[in-house]
Amino acid sequence: MRDSLFLIELGGVVLLLAILARLAHRVGFSPIPLYLLAGLAFGQGGLIPLVTADEFIEAGAEIGLILLLFSLGLEYSARELVGSLRSTALVGGLDLVLNFTPGLVAGLILGWDVVPALFLGGITYISSSGVIARTLEDLGWMGNRETPSVLAILVIEDLAMAAFLPLGTVLLVGGGAARVAVSIGAAVLVVLAVLSVAARYGQAISNAVFSRSDEALLFAILAVLLLTAAATQALNVSAAVGAFLAGIAFSGPAAERARALLVPLRSVFAAAFFLFFGFDIDPRTLPQALPSAAALAVVGVATKYVTGWLAARRAGVGRRGRIRAGVGLIARGEFSIVIAGIALTAGVEPEIGPIAAAFVLLLAVSGPLLARSAGRATARGVQVTEPTVGRGGE
Amino acid sequence: MPLVNEIPMPGIGVRYEFLTEDGARVGVVHHRSGVRELVLFERDDPDTSHVLVRLGPDDSRTVAELLGVSQVAKDLAELGQDVEGLAVDRLPLPHGSPFDGRTIGDTGARTRTGVSIVAVLRAGSAHPAPGPDFGLRGGDMVVVVGTPRGIEDLVVLLRSGE
Repeated sequence: MRDSLFLIELGGVVLLLAILARLAHRVGFSPIPLYLLAGLAFGQGGLIPLVTADEFIEAGAEIGLILLLFSLGLEYSARELVGSLRSTALVGGLDLVLNFTPGLVAGLILGWDVVPALFLGGITYISSSGVIARTLEDLGWMGNRETPSVLAILVIEDLAMAAFLPLGTVLLVGGGAARVAVSIGAAVLVVLAVLSVAARYGQAISNAVFSRSDEALLFAILAVLLLTAAATQALNVSAAVGAFLAGIAFSGPAAERARALLVPLRSVFAAAFFLFFGFDIDPRTLPQALPSAAALAVVGVATKYVTGWLAARRAGVGRRGRIRAGVGLIARGEFSIVIAGIALTAGVEPEIGPIAAAFVLLLAVSGPLLARSAGRATARGVQVTEPTVGRGGE
Repeated sequence: MPLVNEIPMPGIGVRYEFLTEDGARVGVVHHRSGVRELVLFERDDPDTSHVLVRLGPDDSRTVAELLGVSQVAKDLAELGQDVEGLAVDRLPLPHGSPFDGRTIGDTGARTRTGVSIVAVLRAGSAHPAPGPDFGLRGGDMVVVVGTPRGIEDLVVLLRSGE
């Protein structure tokens, strides 16, 4: 047995997470930025570096990444993916160009190699579907005409990420042009293989895994998930992609129940993932990264706003809805950290960590804030059925 | 019934909208979590909606009941009389039936008699659209749709397994 220090450290960390989650809930914000800050405080060069619990959290972070991507895959059925691709491909492409370019260019300006610059492009590109769905719901925007366009863009971004991660991972491994070409070919083959298995046998797998016992179902799902992730990682295609594809493969009652069963597990391990990302970053490097991150954030707000505006206009939505769609898309969060985490683990460009952290800290908070104030600014007072009611008195 | 638009909401669920007789545009957002939001669109801005109420799964059932969805069940019950050659019936699964403790798939009801089991009633609650792996128990009441002849065959099948 270990001495009590391990439990004390872990308990302290979890207690802090509990306080932060409560705080975030009270203010109505995503807790992700707070978890990142906690990670900074406990990591190297932080306030109280952990000595015994860090290894455990590192293992937890790996599982957290897999669970994050798996539940993302579970959110979508293959039909929704295809439907969104068809209806929103044009705007989705525009979104990619407008929001990927700033990160890529910034990376090159900072004098980085092309590969880390591509990863920075991914970081500025991908909106946080978690934070945004939450905001739309909190603000009561689910009924609005522009909301399906916003959601469709998020789906396309998540798909684009599923394509980007294996390619990025291959590029990170590097090597000569021939080797990269072989690796990319292998990555594409693996993704296609998993997808076709999912399309053909998804139902059968879901049926085989399904059980009336929650415990049996949970372990069966975790086993499929971890082994798919392991297989894709062994083939250098990133465990995250395997997890995402496994999520898409599940359907029907198995997926419904899996979603509910995995929520607590995901909360725990995803928090470990965000903490661990913070561990790897020396807080003293943050001030240095802040100007670049702030500049990227300003550009990132503008480009997402334009994307949302155009998407809503294309859907035939009026000015107020276009504004809401624009501000609705701004928030970045978990998946920017996922992309940065993969780059950071490969050790290509140490600067990418602090920049991504600061960028996400800025936009995960300001995104929902901007959406709220835009909501207030575009509201005309509630005049729902009878426009004349409700002005008099108090 | 007025035209109901169905709008997919990827990752969230589905939204339904229709225009009331009164000219108001009403929507219902079905979240996958089972939550339903009843929204009303502004008259002069069809893009903007206001959430009137958020309903949990049980609340939705209550509201549906109050608004008269039981009408649908009534219509379904009358279906058997309206459509020539098609019958809807409730059959008991006797205790001691060979299928007591086995699944719907095991009965082979559809392949052997052409009759579909569309719901199982047990202990006062309904299990609609049960899958082939749904486990049957003695004392269940199964709601079936099929030809009158097929239903007669199914009665025998459920009792004796033949």
